[in-house]
Amino acid sequence: MATEVNNDTNHDDHEYTTTGLNHRKMLMWAFLGSDCMFFGALIATYLVYQGKSLVGPYPVDVFDIPVTSVSTFVLLMSSMSMVLAYAALTQNKISGFRIWMASTAIMGATFIGFQVYEFSSFSTFHVDIESCNEKIVKHGIFDEYEEELCANAKEDHVETHDGLQPQTNLFGTTFYTLTGFHGAHVTLGIIWILSLLFLSYKKGMITPERHLDVDLAALYWHFVDVVWIVIFTVIYLFGVFPFPGS
Amino acid sequence: MSSLPIPIPNIRIPRPVHPTGIWSWFTTIDHKRIGILYGITAFFLFLSGGVEATLMRLQLAGPELGIVSAAIYNQLFTMHGTTMIFLAIMPLSAAFFNYLIPLQIGARDVAFPRLNAFSYWTFLGGALMLKLSWIGGATDAGWFGYAPLTSIDQNPGKGIDFWIISLQILGIASLASAFNFIVTIINLRAPGMTWMRLPLFTWMTFITAILLVLAFPVITVALIELTFDRYFGFNFFNVANGGSVVLWQHLFWVFGHPEVYILILPAMGIVSEVLPVFSKKPLFGYATVVLAGAIIAFMGWMVWSHHMFTVGLGPVANTVFTITTMLIAVPTGIKMFNWIGTIWGGSIKLNTPMLFSLGFIAMFLIGGLSGVMHAVSAHDAQQQDTYFVPAHIHYVLFGGAIMAILSGIYYWFPKYSGKMYSEKEGKIHFWLMMIGQNVTFFPMHFVGLDGMPRRIYTYAEGMGWDLWNAVATAGVFILIAGFLVMINNLGRHWRNGPTAPSDPWDGRTLEWSISSPPPEHNFDEIPVVTALDDWWVTKQDSQNRAVPVSGGSGEETHDIHMPQASYWPFVVALGLFVGAYGVVFNDLIFPYLIAGIGLIITFIGVYSWSLEPVNDPE
Repeated sequence: MATEVNNDTNHDDHEYTTTGLNHRKMLMWAFLGSDCMFFGALIATYLVYQGKSLVGPYPVDVFDIPVTSVSTFVLLMSSMSMVLAYAALTQNKISGFRIWMASTAIMGATFIGFQVYEFSSFSTFHVDIESCNEKIVKHGIFDEYEEELCANAKEDHVETHDGLQPQTNLFGTTFYTLTGFHGAHVTLGIIWILSLLFLSYKKGMITPERHLDVDLAALYWHFVDVVWIVIFTVIYLFGVFPFPGS
Repeated sequence: MSSLPIPIPNIRIPRPVHPTGIWSWFTTIDHKRIGILYGITAFFLFLSGGVEATLMRLQLAGPELGIVSAAIYNQLFTMHGTTMIFLAIMPLSAAFFNYLIPLQIGARDVAFPRLNAFSYWTFLGGALMLKLSWIGGATDAGWFGYAPLTSIDQNPGKGIDFWIISLQILGIASLASAFNFIVTIINLRAPGMTWMRLPLFTWMTFITAILLVLAFPVITVALIELTFDRYFGFNFFNVANGGSVVLWQHLFWVFGHPEVYILILPAMGIVSEVLPVFSKKPLFGYATVVLAGAIIAFMGWMVWSHHMFTVGLGPVANTVFTITTMLIAVPTGIKMFNWIGTIWGGSIKLNTPMLFSLGFIAMFLIGGLSGVMHAVSAHDAQQQDTYFVPAHIHYVLFGGAIMAILSGIYYWFPKYSGKMYSEKEGKIHFWLMMIGQNVTFFPMHFVGLDGMPRRIYTYAEGMGWDLWNAVATAGVFILIAGFLVMINNLGRHWRNGPTAPSDPWDGRTLEWSISSPPPEHNFDEIPVVTALDDWWVTKQDSQNRAVPVSGGSGEETHDIHMPQASYWPFVVALGLFVGAYGVVFNDLIFPYLIAGIGLIITFIGVYSWSLEPVNDPE
């Protein structure tokens, strides 16, 4: 990636810099470093409280790995789309830029849509007999909590749980906070990308010479994707397929 | 291709052009003016924290006094701690960052002048918000806000909410400022200003900014968790649902201990500037001092649990943190010896800044010694929550950070005011400070070891604490006298003191190579640096030693383009301020209505700011 851009428009100062690197790009990297600590603290909180919930539902009860895998795939593909948008801009293919930016935003919005679906299905989660039997087959995990829930369900033939709310237990508290802040980051990224897309219809605002504006948004977008990979691995995968002994 | 019928609003509010008077201060993006704004604001906030301290000392002057109630006393010590750390020492340091960094590295401004203005206005909003919470009851859970004292059940008032939200706002200001200075120092150094030629103060600022960038997100997360607990009934610190109050302590001190170095490293930078100038010697072991600063910052992340020795983390954790805490005394000691090495054999001139820097070394040493005592976890168990701990913190932060900041205020006074202060009154101030702080804070060691708990609003007669508490309270009035002398001295001379020469102290760094006060563009020509202490070397090399001052001629500056003033940083900061109030008073008229209005103002500001060119063609 280009290290220094001759921004001959008045948007960027083109004065001497000591390292030859652009000020704004350096600021972006510093911000991302800071954001790492932000997510680091949230993930640390999640891990500290992992397995400490006093009541269910637990990760294994609510997580649907295939569904989240799909949304993860969509988010990762949006990163590729972002790369293509940036490449199109540097080659002065403005229509290609617009298509790929729109597709990035749509894929980001799809991810957010999955998250909304996930949150709503978790919060209305309930146990019934079929899912009890299914779980035994699927995971071979059948803890006391589930046993109790399933016993109740068998007895009453009704929903026995009013779902995972943030207030329900520590899992709800930490899960919704962590993934919610990630979702907020993605939403902000979508707003940013759409702003750039709209600006490209205004003459002289998005040009190959000023590709840094897009470069910074891309940097942010890729970062948010990388954070999701960590969250998906640590929270979802390790939550359902725990390490032996943990 | 730009034919799609999407209307792009083309509304342009004309930007401020050459504003004058008060208005010019609202729109300024000149780092020097922002530095002065920071300094004066923070000094007033420092005085407000001093008033809080004075009230506490009056209450403790004798046993069973009733000057303030227990509830007010709790608010006093909480607000005193929060004020002094977040509203006094940090922004006073920020004032020096702002004013000096571009001058010391040979730049015309910081990398992001508008972001710099945003930092100041956001800081002001957060500061006002915190101090105004005295109306209706301020926070009273201690400056570290331990759970569950802050829970909604234990503490339903708005004080805690004000504390949380204003700390978030202050965090945004600090982060924006830290990003700005990291980029400025990496990227705006004059030609030849290599890393090992940077003035020490600039180095310490750089290290401090990195600490800020990494430490503040942690407290942000902790405060978010607390907010969610209070507002929405989450379980982070709710023991009934399995939450752990110790998690708050960990998160707080993972931030809080680097924060200690955020407070002290700039002070060490100031001292490292002052001592060589008034000793007429280069700083002894420059590279070692830089490295020691970096090591302190790095190790500052490995010692946080020494604030939690009595929590019961177990012998392994306590041992490890005892060892790391002891180790961090090593780089600090290296700095001490380097400072002593600097003045050793020098041609020492005991001007006011030098006296304050020497005072810093002595007082900080005492604070360091009691610090090593806390570091022993077994010993700390005897001191935890006694007055021995306030004695320690006041020796390192008042005797340390504040003494160094005062040194800097006097040292650079000719530069930022263009006037000279009265040396005699400065020395009177110094001696009042030295006597006052030792009379105030030293007795706290005695009552602390004698078992007097901190954070109590009164104590019974016959505990043996009466005498030393009375002495400590008497010391406060010596300090007040000292600050009155200072305000009179600097205030009077700022207006009509004798005009200061460009280089009154025979300085070593670039800020002394330009006029006092510097012109708006700082340097007529960006200097080319050839050595450490470049200005000193230049003076030595020139034949007649009459070196022309390169700044401030007022001519030939027509082709220097300075960034233009802007409204938007102020607007964004205003939006955050309104939004923050909206979060605290979220039930007015319509839930979160005011917060929403603040958010909209912020968004308008951010968009207008992004679309505003750095410079409009004139």
